[in-house]
Amino acid sequence: MQKSLHIDPGKCTGCLQCEAACSLVNEGAVNPSKSRIKVFTFHDEGRFVPYTCTQCDEAWCMQACPVDAIVLNPENGSKDVLNDICVGCKVCTIACPFGTINYNTSTGKVIKCDLCGGDPECVDACPTQAITYVDANATGLDKMRAWAAKTDNAAGA
Amino acid sequence: MSWTRKILRVNLTTGTVKEEPLNMDWANDYLGQRGLATRYLVDEIDPQCDALGPDNKLIMTTGPLTGTIASTGGRYSVVCKSPLTGTVACSNSGGFFGAELKFAGWDMIIFEGKSATPVYLNIENDVVKLMPADDLWGQSVWAADHALRQKHQDPQVRIACVGRSAEQGCLYAAIVNDLHRAAGRSGVGTVMASKNLKAVVVRGTQGVGNVANPAEFMQSVKAGKKVLAENAVTGQGLPAYGTQVLMNVINEVGALPTRNMRDIQFEGANDVGGEAMHEPRKSDGKPNLTTNGACYACTIACGRISTIDRTHFSVKDKPEYWINSGGLEYEAAWALGPDTGVDDIDALTYANFLCNEDGMDPISFGSTLAAAMELYEEGVITTEHTGGMELKFGSAEALCWAAEVTAKGEGFGNDLGLGSRRLCEKYGRPELSMTVKSQEFPAYDPRGIQGMGLAYATSNRGACHLRGYTVASEILGIPEKTDPLLSEGKAGLVKAFQDATAAVDSAGLCIFTTFAWTMDDIAPQVDAACEGDWSTERMMEVGERIWNLERDFNQKAGITGADDTLPVRLLKEGAGTGPAKGRVNDLDQMLPEYYQLRGYGVDGSMTDETRQKWSLPA
Repeated sequence: MQKSLHIDPGKCTGCLQCEAACSLVNEGAVNPSKSRIKVFTFHDEGRFVPYTCTQCDEAWCMQACPVDAIVLNPENGSKDVLNDICVGCKVCTIACPFGTINYNTSTGKVIKCDLCGGDPECVDACPTQAITYVDANATGLDKMRAWAAKTDNAAGA
Repeated sequence: MSWTRKILRVNLTTGTVKEEPLNMDWANDYLGQRGLATRYLVDEIDPQCDALGPDNKLIMTTGPLTGTIASTGGRYSVVCKSPLTGTVACSNSGGFFGAELKFAGWDMIIFEGKSATPVYLNIENDVVKLMPADDLWGQSVWAADHALRQKHQDPQVRIACVGRSAEQGCLYAAIVNDLHRAAGRSGVGTVMASKNLKAVVVRGTQGVGNVANPAEFMQSVKAGKKVLAENAVTGQGLPAYGTQVLMNVINEVGALPTRNMRDIQFEGANDVGGEAMHEPRKSDGKPNLTTNGACYACTIACGRISTIDRTHFSVKDKPEYWINSGGLEYEAAWALGPDTGVDDIDALTYANFLCNEDGMDPISFGSTLAAAMELYEEGVITTEHTGGMELKFGSAEALCWAAEVTAKGEGFGNDLGLGSRRLCEKYGRPELSMTVKSQEFPAYDPRGIQGMGLAYATSNRGACHLRGYTVASEILGIPEKTDPLLSEGKAGLVKAFQDATAAVDSAGLCIFTTFAWTMDDIAPQVDAACEGDWSTERMMEVGERIWNLERDFNQKAGITGADDTLPVRLLKEGAGTGPAKGRVNDLDQMLPEYYQLRGYGVDGSMTDETRQKWSLPA
């Protein structure tokens, strides 16, 4: 079963545990500037919003790559960057409509979320379950459950 | 490792910046942050120097766990000599600035001298430059923060800044980072402004990747996070209500200082506490509290993000305040509310916004205003002094006005900027100042919580709850319950809290973790991150060494055991109501035992034996 990252901004406190964990696992150092997931703080509105790659099916980044350095991981549906092949041309960063693939000046390659190979560290690090890893076919389940809870069983009888 | 082993020395007189290796011998004895920076300060300044002169130094310092993934590992402190108290000042702040400084590759910044013209420091990893700040001088923290972001065109910088109160010489000015986190107490912002240093802008992209034992570290960090999540205070109470969870609790036990500590319970506590922040208001149906927010890496998230009612008199014509920003936390809510007798939560939130906007310690501001209100009621301060404002206890208008004039250093605001002790002396009634070593009390009346009297009297930075929070034991039963009305056994309790707190601060962690964590949860995280063995016992030793180092600095600065005292009101006037009715603080019964446990002379003086025991500098 494929799973996908599911983000509920309403639960986010802006602590950056996800950025710390992501960069630690993927870059070997706690370094939010190299995190594949980013938390945005909208200060005046009092909102925190984590944002990362949605692993598009017809991934623009993958389609745009001239050297086929971005490939589908059939096990978890992630689109992974092959560092040995990536030439750092950055065309993918232009193609991605969401800005979730970015160039890393220290390596000369691009970086993006690869779901940590199927066990995303950001999910484990998040203290409020604002980021969860759920069945890719039912990302709406929580919302459905919330609405279902509001139904009045007696009214239909 | 986990220290970057690099410190930045910035000479503001000559305008030069240089890199130095961290003194690892001192790091082994003092760990980091509060302890390590104090060791540098002791080595580098004359304790008797003028706190606002060029000979004082200002140190911004991280701990070994700052910038790691350890929960709450984002703390930094500012260490210098205090202009308010004349003691060592060490003010701790959260937010994101401290971690960013570490990501840029620095354990510490030492500012020395004084710049001829306003400057700010820009740090981009190893590239560090002093930049002109003439255009920022005279601006609030919020305005300067905005201007610096516009200038650098980088939304990811982190900024620590002083406001107009600091520039105007308010003696309890704070250094505000990330718009609403603050190194708040003892006037560290005043010292920064005295050096013509307006701000520090940091961007770090190097990260923290050098923990000693990564696998062990992750294991202890995860275990620690689990303990915090499963604890009722850190897992439920603080996220839901913030530190404001305490307002009604402390009022009920009869230890909520009210109207300049004339009273010990506040009839309006329920209107300004944590629960009230959740209540929908009449005008728009929204509560004061929008959400809770965390500092860097913190899995507790006690921070309050709030709005002010747009129809409230303080902001109805000021749309710039119709935003979310840092809301009321307990100590601020108490000083702005019960201590001034004001029960209007929007007025309190507005005053709190102003304290953040212009960098004022809300505890000292509120307490000083409370003293001014008592002087007004006694007829000593009149409307002639205030320019017409009636400084009555309970007046929300007076509170909002006082915050405005003090933030900008206008008129009577300059009197309020003196702090309670100097204000009361100026008006000839020193006994009305509720201070220890010239620093204003926080939100616990030591008549109702006996141990806090000793903690206040002996705190190395004047009256303070963050130097030994025996409230945890006496009221909340953490780690075990003691009777708040008994003074027996409190000397040992105070010492244990003081030592542990110094160690936790110096690691770069938040003291609020200790509602759930014991040193047995903390030491393994430090041990895995740092080289060498960091056991619980060694952490407590480091804490005690730091405490004595601070005490010795104060002694050399001219502070003596005679300053380890409380205002007469708390020693002679019995509490009027509540469980502590009729009680005073029994300081004289606790102090001799405390000195004995500390290894001080009967007069509280540091002895050569104690100095040698802890290898303190001569």
